[in-house]
Amino acid sequence: MAYVAPAPAEVEEVELYHAKSFITKYVFSQDAKVIAIQYSFTAIAIGVVGLVLSSMMRLQLGFPDSFSIIDPADYYQFITMHGMIMVIYLLTALFLGGFGNYLIPLMVGARDMVFPYVNMISYWVYLLAVLILVASFFVEGGPTGAGWTLYPPQAILEGTPGSGGGIILMLVSLIFFIIGFTMGGLNYVVTVLQGRTRGMTLMRMPLTIWGIFIATILALLAFPALFVGGVMLLLDRVLETSFFMPAIISMGEQLEYGGGSPILFQHLFWFFGHPEVYIVGLPAFGIVSDLISVHARRHIFGYRMMVWALVAIGGISFIVWAHHMYVSGMNPWFGFFFATTTLIIAIPTALKVYNWVLTLWKANIRFTIPMLFALGFIVTFVNGGITGLFLGNTAIDVPLSDTMFVVAHFHMVMGVAPLMVIFGAIYHWFPLMSGRMLDETLGRIHFWVTFIGAYSIFLPLHYIGFQGVPRRYFEMGETNFIPPSVQDLNAFVTVVAVMVGFAQILFFYNLFKSMSSGEIAEKNPWKAASLEWQTPEQPPAHGNFGDELPVVYRWAYAYGVPGAKDDFVPQDMHPDEVGGEGAHEASKE
Amino acid sequence: MGLFSQLAEKPWTPEQAAIDDRHKGVEFSLTTPQFGLRVFLGFVTVIFTLFVVVYVERMVFADWKPMPEPWLLWVNTAILVISSIGLQWAWVSADKGDADGVKKGLYLGGVLAFAFLTGQLLVWQQLVVLGFYASSNPASAFFYLFTALHAVHLLGGLVAWGRTAIKVKSGMDMAKVRGSVELCAVYWHFLLVIWIVIFSLLLFT
Ligand code: HEM
Ligand SMILES: [Cu+2]
Repeated sequence: MAYVAPAPAEVEEVELYHAKSFITKYVFSQDAKVIAIQYSFTAIAIGVVGLVLSSMMRLQLGFPDSFSIIDPADYYQFITMHGMIMVIYLLTALFLGGFGNYLIPLMVGARDMVFPYVNMISYWVYLLAVLILVASFFVEGGPTGAGWTLYPPQAILEGTPGSGGGIILMLVSLIFFIIGFTMGGLNYVVTVLQGRTRGMTLMRMPLTIWGIFIATILALLAFPALFVGGVMLLLDRVLETSFFMPAIISMGEQLEYGGGSPILFQHLFWFFGHPEVYIVGLPAFGIVSDLISVHARRHIFGYRMMVWALVAIGGISFIVWAHHMYVSGMNPWFGFFFATTTLIIAIPTALKVYNWVLTLWKANIRFTIPMLFALGFIVTFVNGGITGLFLGNTAIDVPLSDTMFVVAHFHMVMGVAPLMVIFGAIYHWFPLMSGRMLDETLGRIHFWVTFIGAYSIFLPLHYIGFQGVPRRYFEMGETNFIPPSVQDLNAFVTVVAVMVGFAQILFFYNLFKSMSSGEIAEKNPWKAASLEWQTPEQPPAHGNFGDELPVVYRWAYAYGVPGAKDDFVPQDMHPDEVGGEGAHEASKE
Repeated sequence: MGLFSQLAEKPWTPEQAAIDDRHKGVEFSLTTPQFGLRVFLGFVTVIFTLFVVVYVERMVFADWKPMPEPWLLWVNTAILVISSIGLQWAWVSADKGDADGVKKGLYLGGVLAFAFLTGQLLVWQQLVVLGFYASSNPASAFFYLFTALHAVHLLGGLVAWGRTAIKVKSGMDMAKVRGSVELCAVYWHFLLVIWIVIFSLLLFT
C-alpha cells in the first residue's frame, strides 16, 4: 500500500509554566520531572526506615534470647509501621508518584502533566502524610501496633500499643495520603487520556504507561474505601461513635461502645487492600514488559493481550477482596465465590507471564542489569503467584491463615517482585534522569546479593509457616509442635536479612557516586524506541521536547525492523527516514 | 470511537498506522479542566456510595434508632436548590456573553451556599440541644459525618467560586471566565444531588 505520511506539526501547543526563581524551580516546582524525583527520594527515605524496622524484627525472631533491643510492644509497632510504610508510603508512592510523574509526560509526548499546580500540591500533601507518620514514632505510647490492617476493635482499644496518639496520627496520615494521591491521580489519568501528542493512540502507548494508567484508575476507585474506613475508625476512636465497635467489656468495665460491626471494617479495608496489591503490581507489570522488550531487542509478544490482561486484572481485582477474610466466619458460599474469582484472576496474570517468556524466547537477550532484575522479577512473581493459588483455596487457606507461610507468600509477590522491578527501572532510566550511567560491576553485585538474598530470606519462611509458626508473634518460646530446626532456620534468615539490608548501601553508594562522577551516558544508551529517550537533551529539559512536540508514527516496540538502518525505530522517526521496507511494517514477523 | 473498540486495534499493521498517524492524541472532546472535574466527581461519588453502603449495612443492627428530622433541613434544601439555580443562571448567561447575568447568578449562588452552610450549623445546634451527639447512636453519627463531609466539599467549591467571582468582578473577558463558571455550576449541581441522596436517606430510614 502506498503510504503517504501526513504533514507533521499541528500538534496543539500548551501554555507552560516557567519557573523564575530557584525555589519555584527546584523546591515548589511544577515540573513533573522534579516532582517525580521529590516523590522518589521521600518514598525511598521512608522505605529505608521500613527496612531498618524489618531488620530489628528479624533480629528478634532469629535470636530471641540474645537481643533485648525490642520488647513485645515494640515488635507489634514495628510490624505495623513496616507493613504500612512498605505497601503505601514506599511502593504506591514510588510507582505512581515517582515513575508515574517522570514517565507519563515523557512517554506520551507531553510537555508536562495537565494540572501542574495540583501536581505540585500532591507531592507536598504526600510529604505531610509521611511527616505525620514519622511523628507518630515520637508521641507518647509510640506508633500504633494494630497491624497494618488496623482491624477494630483492638486497633483503637487500650492495651494495643500506640492506642493513644499513635493510631490517631496513623489514620490522619492515611487520610492525607489519599488526598495527596487523588491530586496526583487526577493528573495521571487526564494526561494519559487528553494530553498525548499527535499520533499517540492509546494502543501505541508503551505498556509502562498502560500499567500506571490502569493502576491509577484502580487507586482512584479503591482508596475511597480506605478513606471511608479510616474516617469512621478515627471517629470511633476520637468521638466514641460505634461504627465498627461492638459492645465491649474491658477489664471488667463496660465501655461506651456498642452495636457496631468490626467485620464491616474488614470488608472496607480489603475492598481497598486487594486492589492495592495490583496498584503496586500493574505498574511493575508494565515497566517489566518494556525492560524485557528493550533489553531483548524484540517487540513485546502479544501487545494487545498484555493490555487486555491489565484491564481484566484491574476489573477482577475488585471482586476478590474477601479471600483475605476466609477465617472471619463467613458463609461458605461466600467463600466459594471469592475462591472462584481469585482463581479466575490467575488466568490473565498467567497470560502475562507466558507473554514475557515468549518475548524472551529465542530473542537477542542482553544481560544488562535491568534485564537481570526483570528476569528476577519473573521468577519471583511466578513463585509468589503459585503460593497465591494455594492460599486462594479456602480449604488450604484456613490452616495456613496467619502463619509465616502467608508472610512468605506476600513478600514474594508484592515485596520482592515489585522491588526487583523498581531496581531494574532505576538502572534503566537513571541515564535518562541524570545523564550518567550507573556503575556496572557494583550493579551486578547488587543484583546477585539482593536476588539470592531475597530467596534465602523468604523460601525458608514457607517451610516455617508449614510447621505452624504464626505470624505477628514476638517469640515462640517452648512450643512443642515446633521442631528445633525452625529456630536454626530463623537464625539463618536473620543473618541473611541483615546482610541484604546492608548490601543496599552498595546501591545507594552507586546512585550518589554515579550522579556526580559516573560515566557520561551516550544518547539513548539502551537504544530504546519509546519517546522518553528521543528528547533533544538528556536529561530532558523543562518542557521535555524542545521547540516542537514529537509526532508519533508507530508503537514503542519497533525492534529488529527488516531493512531499517538501525535495529530499532524510534516512535517519532518519520517513515521516510526509516529506510528499507520498514516504515510501517514495524516488527511484524 | 469507543474506548473498547480501540482495544481491538492492531497498532503494528500499516492499515492501522495510516489511521493512527492522524490521531490527535486526545480521547474526549472536553477541555482538560472539564475532564479533570469529571474524574474528580467520579472519585467523590465512589466515596459517598461507599458511605451509603456502610450506612445501609449498619442499619440492620439492633441498636439502630431513627433520627429526628428538623424542619430546618427542608429550608436548607430549598436554599441549596436556589443556589444551584443561581449558578445555572450564571452559566447560561456566560454562554450568551451576558456579563450582568453572570455576576448576578454567581453572587446569588455563592451567598446562598454560605446561607446553606449556616443553616446546617443551626441544625447541628438544634440536634445537640435535643441531646443527639455523634456518639449517642449510629444514625446521628452518620448524620454528623455526612453533613460534615458534604459541607467540606461545598467549602472547597466556594474557594473555586471565590476565584471565579474575583475574575468576574475585575471585568475579565466573558470567553475567559466561561469555563470557570461552568465548572462551578457542574460542581454545585453535583453537590445538590449528593445532598438530596443524603437527605432522603435520613427521611426514609
Ligand atoms: C528486606 C526485606 C524485608 C524483610 C526482611 C521483611 C521482614 C518482615 C517481617 C519479619 C515481618 C513480620 C512478620 C510477622 O511477625 O508477622 C514483615 C511483615 C510485613 N512486611 Fe516485610 N520485610 C521486607 C520487605 C517488605 C516489603 C518490600 C514489603 C512491601 C510489600 C513488605 C510488607 C510487609 C507487610 C504488609 C507485613 C505485614 C505487617 C503486618 O502483619 O501487619 N515487607 N516483614
Ligand atoms: Cu487479595
